[in-house]
Amino acid sequence: MANAVLHVADVHKSFGGLRALSDIDLQVMEGTTHAIIGPNGAGKSTLLNVCIGRIAPDTGAVVFDGQVITGKQPHEINQMGVVRVFQTPEIFPDLSLLHNVMVPAFAKRDGSFRLNALQVTSRQTAIREEAEHWLEDVGLYKQRETLAASLSRGDKRRLELAMGLVQHPRLLLLDEPTAGMSRHDTNSTIDLLRKFKERGMTKVIIEHDMHVVFSLADRVTVLAQGRIIADGKPDEVRGNPVVQEAYLGGAH
Amino acid sequence: MAILRNDLVRLALFALVILTMPIWLAPIGAAYPDLMQKIAIYGIFAIGFNILFGMTGYLSFGHAAFLGVGSYAAVWSFKLLTMSVIPAVLFAVVVAGLFAAVIGFVSLRRSGIYFSILTLAFAQMSYNLAYSVLTPITNGETGLQLALGDPRILDRAFTDAGSGIPPPNLLGEELSGLSGFFFCAALLILCFYLAMRIDRSPFGMMLKAIKSNQTRMAYTGFNTRPYTLAAFIISGMYAGLAGGLLAATDPLAGAERMQWTASGEVVLMTILGGVGTLVGPVVGAGVIKYFENIFSAFHEAKLHEAFSFLPDGLENFFVTITAPFVGEGWHLTLGVVFMLIVIFLPGGLMEGVRKIRNAFTRKPASREETGRLAPAE
Repeated sequence: MANAVLHVADVHKSFGGLRALSDIDLQVMEGTTHAIIGPNGAGKSTLLNVCIGRIAPDTGAVVFDGQVITGKQPHEINQMGVVRVFQTPEIFPDLSLLHNVMVPAFAKRDGSFRLNALQVTSRQTAIREEAEHWLEDVGLYKQRETLAASLSRGDKRRLELAMGLVQHPRLLLLDEPTAGMSRHDTNSTIDLLRKFKERGMTKVIIEHDMHVVFSLADRVTVLAQGRIIADGKPDEVRGNPVVQEAYLGGAH
Repeated sequence: MAILRNDLVRLALFALVILTMPIWLAPIGAAYPDLMQKIAIYGIFAIGFNILFGMTGYLSFGHAAFLGVGSYAAVWSFKLLTMSVIPAVLFAVVVAGLFAAVIGFVSLRRSGIYFSILTLAFAQMSYNLAYSVLTPITNGETGLQLALGDPRILDRAFTDAGSGIPPPNLLGEELSGLSGFFFCAALLILCFYLAMRIDRSPFGMMLKAIKSNQTRMAYTGFNTRPYTLAAFIISGMYAGLAGGLLAATDPLAGAERMQWTASGEVVLMTILGGVGTLVGPVVGAGVIKYFENIFSAFHEAKLHEAFSFLPDGLENFFVTITAPFVGEGWHLTLGVVFMLIVIFLPGGLMEGVRKIRNAFTRKPASREETGRLAPAE
């Protein structure tokens, strides 16, 4: 039996009168790809925000790798090996693509702060090669010297994916990684993510695109109105009438 | 460890241009040591300011406080220890750095406009304290000056007290006139080199990443506070060095050096020259100090002279409309120039230089060096 890398334990969160998350109890097993699906406003992104320390839950806790991470600073959670790829691409628009990927690589190597003001960035060969390797994997190597601001939305997503992967996270949280991508790019992203499954990286993925969910996920959790309404293997969930009612039927 | 070859060329060119200032400034009447010293000193101030504002995007409106603290520290070193400028300058840098650590620690809890206001408040507080309760340290309105009775412990240990107040010296050489300028110029080149190293380092890259997207930095695993604080302290030390040099070339320190107008001046210099560029702040400092000296020295008689080729009526007319722009009113000229630059060249004078260069070489604009006016967050 694999260990639970991430355990979201009895988490509640309300915004004013709105119950965004209630009674969420979720375990993500080591090495699996765990999809979280649900209609808009179901609380999927809030759940991810709780996991990375952006939002504090009202009650309950998030345990990563045996340690409670609720209440920790976002950078501390990242340094533990939890990396998030955002829904709207969060990149460094004024830096080149190469530097965009080198920055997280430095975070991985040097920790949350280091006064390395007398090193020369362009001589950091190991970091640069690592960054170039990931840019190649997401298909952005040729544009590595351009500014990230000039990228299309889909390319920004792929850049952010490279920024996450360069840190070799233990747990990668992906918020709709293929939204805004062409079918072709979506498929290459799926292939890329599959590669990491083979290498044993644990992933939580929020996705609307059922094609992506069913090609990647080992387990699917369905959220609706802040509650878990189903949890199981992809085929079980697909056949579940409650899910079809709440989500698959309604949205598609 | 060594820097890249291109940067070495840049550094050599910069050093060459700075050290030959007495030659190429002569035709425009600016080759006198006092002005050149000021250009070098304010160049240091602006380079340091740009490390904070240009790289991290935090706009401090209180950097003159560090300039003032540096000046006081240097004068105290002259009074208590020795007339040698080396301990004075070191002392100025250290004290300003400590002062910046305290102010930065508090101010950096906020960003954007709130950060700017906090730094402004701290600087004004320092200014007012220097005038009032801190009089024993700052000598209030009169300003801190050297006196015959100063202890100067180190100097007295080796030589007898002379009959007058000795001038500041560098390793026994009197520091005045051109030697004063070359001392400041050497430090300016050193400061430029250090700023360049920071710019090319991973640390500098993190600062630029913070400017670009600070929230992202936290989710990338960086604790941004120590980065911004380090940048704040470094730029405070640059300001302290500049303040110390002001005192070394003219050994007195007054509270007006800390006033908000002085803080605003360094913002103008940096923006005028080009935020985020290495050379820009120095260019901005040079232009502003030059204008200040040349235009403020213009008076009505000189204007009459300049327009004397016109018929009497026209001459008087032109003198009347230009008079408000010179002499005491030179700030009006500065204001107009500043507005024109910000509207037409948001990247500062360096953007203008780049545009001209690109027009000749017909290369697309180089993105790497494009300075940008971005708000703090």
